[in-house]
Amino acid sequence: MEVTEVLSERELDRGFSHQVQDLPGAGGLEKCIQCGTCSGSCQMSARMDYTPRRLIEMARVGMKREVLSSRAIWYCASCYSCTVRCPRGINITEVMSGLKSLAIKNEMCSRRDDGPAFYTSFYDVIKRYGRLHEGSVIAGFAWKTNPWRLWGMAPLGWKMFLSGNLEVLPEKIKKPAEISLLLEKLGGGVMKR
Amino acid sequence: MRYTYFPGCSNHSSSRDYEESTREVCAALGIELVELQDWNCCGSTAVMAVDPMAAMALSARNLALAAAGGSREMVVTCNSCFSTLRRAGQFYQSEPLTRDAVDRALGEVGLTLQKPVPVRHLLDVLLNDVGLDGIGARVSNPLVGLKVVPYYGCLVGRPKNDFDDRENPCSLERLLGTTGAVLLPFEHKARCCGGALMTTKTEVALELCRDILQEAVERGAEVMAVTCPMCHLNLDAYQGQINQRFGTKFNLPILYFTQILGLSFGLREKELGLTRAMYRRFDYARV
Ligand code: SF4
Ligand code: SF4
Repeated sequence: MEVTEVLSERELDRGFSHQVQDLPGAGGLEKCIQCGTCSGSCQMSARMDYTPRRLIEMARVGMKREVLSSRAIWYCASCYSCTVRCPRGINITEVMSGLKSLAIKNEMCSRRDDGPAFYTSFYDVIKRYGRLHEGSVIAGFAWKTNPWRLWGMAPLGWKMFLSGNLEVLPEKIKKPAEISLLLEKLGGGVMKR
Repeated sequence: MRYTYFPGCSNHSSSRDYEESTREVCAALGIELVELQDWNCCGSTAVMAVDPMAAMALSARNLALAAAGGSREMVVTCNSCFSTLRRAGQFYQSEPLTRDAVDRALGEVGLTLQKPVPVRHLLDVLLNDVGLDGIGARVSNPLVGLKVVPYYGCLVGRPKNDFDDRENPCSLERLLGTTGAVLLPFEHKARCCGGALMTTKTEVALELCRDILQEAVERGAEVMAVTCPMCHLNLDAYQGQINQRFGTKFNLPILYFTQILGLSFGLREKELGLTRAMYRRFDYARV
C-alpha cells in the first residue's frame, strides 16, 4: 500500500482558502461535501493529477503550493459540467479559473504546462488593442513557449487566410487606453512574468 | 424588432461566415441589429484565468456602453461571449464587493453600469421572439430530408440560460425543425470540444473533437449544426488534423445554425459565408 505523507499544520496556508473564495463566483467552498459529482462529471478528470473534488478539498485546507503548481488546473476547459451538477451549488469552474489566476500571480505554475503562456498572451493582446487578434496571441504564445510551434501552425494560418478568416492587422477599439486603464484599476495591473 | 448586437472578436475575423449568415437571416426576418458602439473583447475564459477582476472590467465596459446607448437587450452569437457577459452581469448584481470595485473602475473612464442589460443568444431570440411560425413562414426552400446533428457545446447552456435545459437542450432541434431538415438524436450535443485547449493541450482537444465527429458520422449526419465560433473552428478547421492523428476519414460540413436557416430561406452560398469553410464546404447543389 502506498503511504501518503501527512502534511503538518505548519505546511498549510490558512489564508489560501480566503484568497480563492474572494474571487468573483468562487465562494462557498465550506459547503462542499466531497461527494465527487464534479470529478465524475468532468471530461478531463482522468487526465488530471488531482481531480476537481480533491482540488476543492486541498484548496480549502490550505495546500497552496500543491494546488497552484498542479497540472490539473491547466486541463480544465471551463465547460461548467461540474458546476451544473454540484449538489451544493459550488461554482467549481470559477474556482478552477481563479486557481489559474492565482498560480500565475504567485508564479507557481507547473513548468510543464503551456496554459499560462497562452492565457497571458491573450490578456496582453486584449490590453493592447481592446480586441482579440489571433495572430498576435499565437505569436506571443509561441514566443513564450517554443517558437518552432509557429511552423506547425502555419498551414492552419494559411488556410484561414485563404478562406478570408484571418484578420491580418489587429482591429483596435477607438480608445484602447481606456481598456488598459480599466484593467489596471480593477485588475492586478501589468502581469509579472 | 430591434436589438443591440455584440458581434464579438471572432465574427470580425475567424467566423465571418457566422457574422454574414447572422446579418442575412436577421434581415430576412425583419430583425434590426444595431452594433454596440466601440465594443471590446469580452475576455472569454482566457482573461479570467489571468485576472478575474480584469475580466469583470472587460465585460462591465460592454454592459455599460450598452446601457449608455439606451439598449434594451443585447444579442450575441458566440457561446463564449454569451456566457462571459452574462456571468459578469450576474456577479455584478450578486456580489456587493465586486460591484463596488467595478463601479469605481468604470467611474475612472466616465462610465456607469447600475443595471446590466439582459444578454441573449441569437438562438433564443429566433426561437422565442420570432417564434417557430415566424421562421416557418420564411422557409421557401425546405431542406427536405437533410440529416443534421445539433451540437451546442458548453457555454450556450451552461452554467445557465433562461430558455433551455442545461444537460439536454433542444432549441436547435425545434428551430431547425422548421426548415424541413431531419434532426438526429445526438448524445454529444452538449459535450465539450476542448475550447482553448486546442492550442494548449492539442492532443486532448483533438480527441474530444474526434469523439464528437465520430458519433455524428455513426448517426448518418450530412451536416453538423453549431452555435459557437470556437466549436466551429475546432470541428471544421482541425478536421484534417484529426484525420491525420487518428486515421479517421471525417469529411463533415460544420455549419452555423444561421447558415442552415439561411439555406432554407433560399439565401445564396456567398451571402451565407458558406464558401469560407476551412475543411469541408457544404455541397450547395444539395439543396
Ligand atoms: S460536486 Fe460539489 S459538493 Fe460534490 S465534491 Fe464537487 S464541489 Fe464538493
Ligand atoms: S469546468 Fe473544468 S473541472 Fe469542471 S467539468 Fe469542465 S473541465 Fe472539469
